[in-house]
Formats: sequence, C-alpha cells, structure tokens
Amino acid sequence: MCQCSCNNNINLELLNPVLEHYASVKGSLITILQQAQEIYGYLPTEAIYKVAEATGNTPAKVMGVATFYTQFRFKPIGKYLILLCKGTACHVNGSETIAQTIKELLGIDDGETTDDGLFSLSFVACLGCCSLSPVMMINDETYGSLTPEKVKKIISELKNNNN
Amino acid sequence: MKIMVGQGSCGIAAGASKVMTVLQNNLSDKGFDISITGCIGMCWLEPIVDVTEDNGKLHRFVKVGENEAKCIADAVISGNFESTLSLEITDEDNSFLTQQTRIALRNCGIINPESIDEYISCGGYSALKKVIFSMSQDDVIEEVKVSGLAGRGGAGFPTWFKWNAAKQSQGDEKYLICNADEGDPGAFMDRAVIESDPHSLIEGMLIGAYTIGAKEAVVYVRAEYPLAIVRLKKAIEQAKALGFVGKNIMGSTFSCDFRIKAGAGAFVCGEETALIESLEGSRGMPRLKPPFPAQEGYWHKPSNINNVETFANVAWIIENGGKAFSAMGTEDSKGTKVFALTGKVKRGGLVEIPMGKTLREVIFDIGGGIKNDKQFKAVQMGGPSGGCIPAELLDTVIDYKKLSATGAIMGSGGMVVMDESTCMVGMAKFFLDFTAKESCGKCVHCRIGTKRMQEILTRIVEGNGRSGDIELLEELCGAIKDGALCGLGQTAPNPVLTTIKYFRNEYEAHINDKKCPAKECTSLLTYEIDSSKCVGCTLCAKKCPVSAISGTLKSPHVIDADKCIKCGQCMSICKTKAISKN
Repeated sequence: MCQCSCNNNINLELLNPVLEHYASVKGSLITILQQAQEIYGYLPTEAIYKVAEATGNTPAKVMGVATFYTQFRFKPIGKYLILLCKGTACHVNGSETIAQTIKELLGIDDGETTDDGLFSLSFVACLGCCSLSPVMMINDETYGSLTPEKVKKIISELKNNNN
Repeated sequence: MKIMVGQGSCGIAAGASKVMTVLQNNLSDKGFDISITGCIGMCWLEPIVDVTEDNGKLHRFVKVGENEAKCIADAVISGNFESTLSLEITDEDNSFLTQQTRIALRNCGIINPESIDEYISCGGYSALKKVIFSMSQDDVIEEVKVSGLAGRGGAGFPTWFKWNAAKQSQGDEKYLICNADEGDPGAFMDRAVIESDPHSLIEGMLIGAYTIGAKEAVVYVRAEYPLAIVRLKKAIEQAKALGFVGKNIMGSTFSCDFRIKAGAGAFVCGEETALIESLEGSRGMPRLKPPFPAQEGYWHKPSNINNVETFANVAWIIENGGKAFSAMGTEDSKGTKVFALTGKVKRGGLVEIPMGKTLREVIFDIGGGIKNDKQFKAVQMGGPSGGCIPAELLDTVIDYKKLSATGAIMGSGGMVVMDESTCMVGMAKFFLDFTAKESCGKCVHCRIGTKRMQEILTRIVEGNGRSGDIELLEELCGAIKDGALCGLGQTAPNPVLTTIKYFRNEYEAHINDKKCPAKECTSLLTYEIDSSKCVGCTLCAKKCPVSAISGTLKSPHVIDADKCIKCGQCMSICKTKAISKN
C-alpha cells in the first residue's frame, strides 16, 4: 500500500470491471480515471496507484494526467455539487455577486466542501447555457437567471430537504 | 396534430422537462403524441412548445410554464387556439428567426434529434449516398473547395486544403476527428448542433472520412456537455443499425467506425495537437508543428480535425453544390456562420447569417438591441483569443479578414454584448484569469507571461495600478504573441490589446484617478448616502452585513467607508434611492 494518508475504506474491487475492460486498450487512461471518479465521487490515492499498476504507468504519470484536467477531484465531494459558471456571459451578467453569495452562505470557496459534507463548490469555465446567465448546476439540475435572493432560496430548500 | 417541446440544455434548464410532463399527463391518454426537439436558438423564450395542426398551421408557444402548458393541452384537446393566442410568439420576436439563413442549424429545433427517421425524411444521409456511389475523393474535395468552406472553429483555414493534405498522406491507417471541445466561454453553437441534430454531424464526418480515407472517426466532446454525449451516442447506434456507420456502409466498400471520447476539462484541448495528446490519454499539451496532423496526428498517423459546425455544413454543400454555398458571403468568407449571441442583448440565442452582414445588423436587428435600453459599449468576439469591438466599429462587416483587422477574431462565434456597466479593464482581467489558469505550462511565454499580465491587471482593478503599467502590458503582449508555442498563448493578449486600443481612457482612469468609469470594480467604489433623500427608515442599517451604516430612526444615515465592504446590498434595498456609488 502507499505511504500517504490512505483511507482504508476504499473498496478497490469496484475498479476491476473498469480495468478489465480498458487497461489494455491504449489511450484509455482518461476514460479509466473518469470511470473511477464515477465510482468513488473523486480519485482516491489508492485508486490512482491501482490504475497505474494495471495500465503499466508510474503513479506520477497517472497523477500528472489527472491533475491536468479540471474534471478530476482528489477529495470526496458533498452531497450537492454546485458548479458555478464563470463564463463570459455569466461574468457580464454578474456571476461574481453570485459567487460571493454562495461563499458567504456556505462558508466555502472554489474546490471546498462544507463541514457537514452537504455542499461542494466548484467554479467551471462555461456550462454553455449563456442565455440564462448567470447559471449554476447542482448535481444534474441547472438553475438560470440567478440573483442572490434566488440562490439563497435554492440553497435553503436543499438544506431543508436534509433536515 | 404534432406537439414538440424544445429540449436542448437551455430549454431543460428553463423548465422544459416539467412542461413536457404536464403535456404528457394531459394529452398522452387522449392519443396525442408529444415528442422532443432540439434547440431552435431562441434561448430567451425557452421553454418553447410547437403545436402543428393537421392543416400545417404552426402555433409556437413561448416562455411556457406548467400553468401555460395546461392551457395549451386544453387548446390541443378542443382544437381551438384562440384562448392561447397570448402565449404565442410575437411577430417581433419571430423576426429573430426570419432574418436568419440556416444551413448548419437547418434541422435544429425542427426535428426530433433522437429520431434518425426524421433526419432521413428531411433528406438526411442522401449526401452520403451521393458521395459513396457517385463521387471520387477528389470530386468531394473539389466541391468543398468550390464552396469556400473554412474551419468554423476559429482559425478559418480552408477545409478542402486540410482534407486534401490528409488524403494525400501515405498510410492505410488514417483518422477523422471532430473537435467538439467547445471551450470558448460564451459559445454554445456546437453543443446545440450535437443536441439538436447529431446526424448532420455524423453525416458530415462520414463524408470527410470517405474523402481522406479514414476507417475510424472520433468525436472529442467536452465533459461539460452530458446531454450532447447522450444524444450523439444514441444517434451513432441508430446510424449503425441502419448501416450508415460500420462495415460496408450502404453495401459499399467504404467502412468507418465511430467513437466518442469525453474530454475532461482543459481549454487548451481545443488546440488540435493538444486534443490529439488528450485522445491518446495524456496531458493535453500542444505539439510542435510541423509535422501537421495531416501527416502525423493521432497515434502519429495521418489525421484530419474539423470542428462541429464545419462538419454540419458538409452534407448541405454536397446536396446543394459548392456554388450555392459560395454564393453567400463576401469575397474572403463564404457561406454562413453561427453566432452565440449573449450578454446584455435583448434577444440572446443562436444566430446563423450569411457572412457579410454587419455587427449592427446582428446585435440590433436580430438581437433587438441592448437590454433595458442601455447604451451599447462593446461586443466581445472570439472568446479568450478574441477581442472587444467598440461602438464606433458596429458597422464592421462579418468576414474573417475584416474582423481580424479590428484586433478581434471571428473565433468559434461567441458574441458577448456589453453595455455601459461593464468595465473593460475588468473584462481584460476576466480573460487573463482564464488563460493564465488554462495555460498548459509547456512554453515559458504563455505560462509566465499570462501570469504577469494577470497580476498587472489585478493591481489595476484593485486601485494599485502604476504609471507605466499600460506600456508594460503592451510589451508583454508583443512578447507573448511572438513567443508562445500554440494558438492559446499567441492569441491570449488579444483581449488586453483590444481593450487598450479602444478603451485606453478606462485604463488611465483606473491607474491615475483610481476610478472605475463603469462603476464595476468594487475596490474603486465608494457608497454614499444623500442626506436630502434619506428618510431614516433604517432598512439599510439592518441589511448591512458589517454594520457599517449608522443613524437613528427618521434621520439621515451615514456609511462608514472604512468598514464598508462594498457589497451594494444597501443600495439595492433603499426605497428612496438615496444611496449612490461612485
């Protein structure tokens, strides 16, 4: 096992079907990492080591690829992942105020998760829903034409759902 | 009667799925068939429901909520559409569509993107048949050459030239790749094409594959477009089932397999050699050119890469002839171009027009002008590689060369409109924040140069700009343009150069007077209460998150500038408009 702060609760068996399917297909490293993230919600260090071994890469190479792309996360995320669009149209229509509102409401910044494990915040380049700007996505739902009031309402509703 | 609900990402975000459910609940058991369609491009009117009567009369309902959907269902049942007239699109809004010429978007919002039969009934796959059974590879190249089609991803390189180079490259293993890594913030036309008319992309790619001699086609799609990936997957399966994709297509000797590869979030992967690296499972860092992908691309085999919109035009060109395409446009730029019109414009959405129209026609005639009747200030074109074009150049003709002459570029077609409330220095900083973050780090000029520019712009908008900063920025811009390895770095200075060129006074105001003329840069703002207008209602003092406002009931209040965090909440809550920012 690796020497870092491993989480021994990670069930690495879950990776086997993915690796059986892709490990020998050249050029599949990103696909494997995407599926690993699909399984665990993030890329645990143990999974990186296992992927490296199965694909014949060094862990450094796998980590190098994973850290290059914004999609990959290295810490568990909250139940609700807020993707806040920072595209041009959203910028022009006030995404900065929306970012500020979320940060104040939840006490987290880009890439962070609330202590209760409920919300994670991630800034993304462009969600492509420019005409509804400013926009955010929470899990699979898109919310458009945001105002600070609307954001407060959405977040408090999600919080209430969990009480 | 035919009922269709617009289900592109924008429509769904605006609530189209709920509308669909209401219609289904009220109509399905009565024998009405409700299907989906893609994005018609009138994003500001979403959700949109189209009802076509048996006599062909179309009722287009806009901004449909759940209540409105119930009314529409009632009208469908009764066959009387008088009660729902007020929900239908106005002539003025409809002029957004009637002023366009749609080729790449020809089926978007009209057919069901999940039905290959509907695509075929609109003439789909007949261009492919024509190519396979009656045209040689050189015939196709000649037709595309006549059309004048140029790469719609931004660079505007002639498509026929790339196809010809890939065709002439030796080797029996070749690849055709579609760049659907639409990374420019503010551009969404490729997403709309894939979500709304995926078969037109597949058909265009198959024609390209036939022409260069590729047996495998790969679509590299951004991971941020999950719906596009789902619809494309479905479309490929359908095409396979009917023999348009796979071995011996339509019984011929031409075979081509299709694959989708989801990107993982890296703007630089829009650059073709970086995209190839990413396809191979590596960090998406650009390669040195030459060799060009046509000689040595994916797995070092001859490869051809075009973007989605380019491919979406191909079947139309084959069907209608290259001449019909080149009949539209200007001397240098042929055919049509799709723009994603967004920002402070009244009617935002997808606009496809023949090249040669002016920016004014697109923004004011089609887009309806500026929201809240504010003043037009600039339009940003070409995303992080482009620039801001000011009001005095609104009559610039849309054409690759003419747009480049302004310092901006055609780019992939993002058109973000800005009004007087947008700070142009802030805009430049916004793009440099983006490029500095997205720089892959391979070459020094881009990696360090964009970082230094970002730092200078940050200090300017925070009120710490120094005299000489503008000149320093210009010097850095020149060095990065000359020294960067790929398009990302070479064009990263454009947003800064164009804003300095056209809005130098705003830079000077920030640096010399410590003022933001657009009143957007919070560090340079002060909030004040006009004591003659303040009635002492105490609302602002209660709202202020840092208790910076003091005063007693019914007497004018005061803001403590040292405590104020400039959040602006007092100003938005004040009923007597006594608070101003300067």
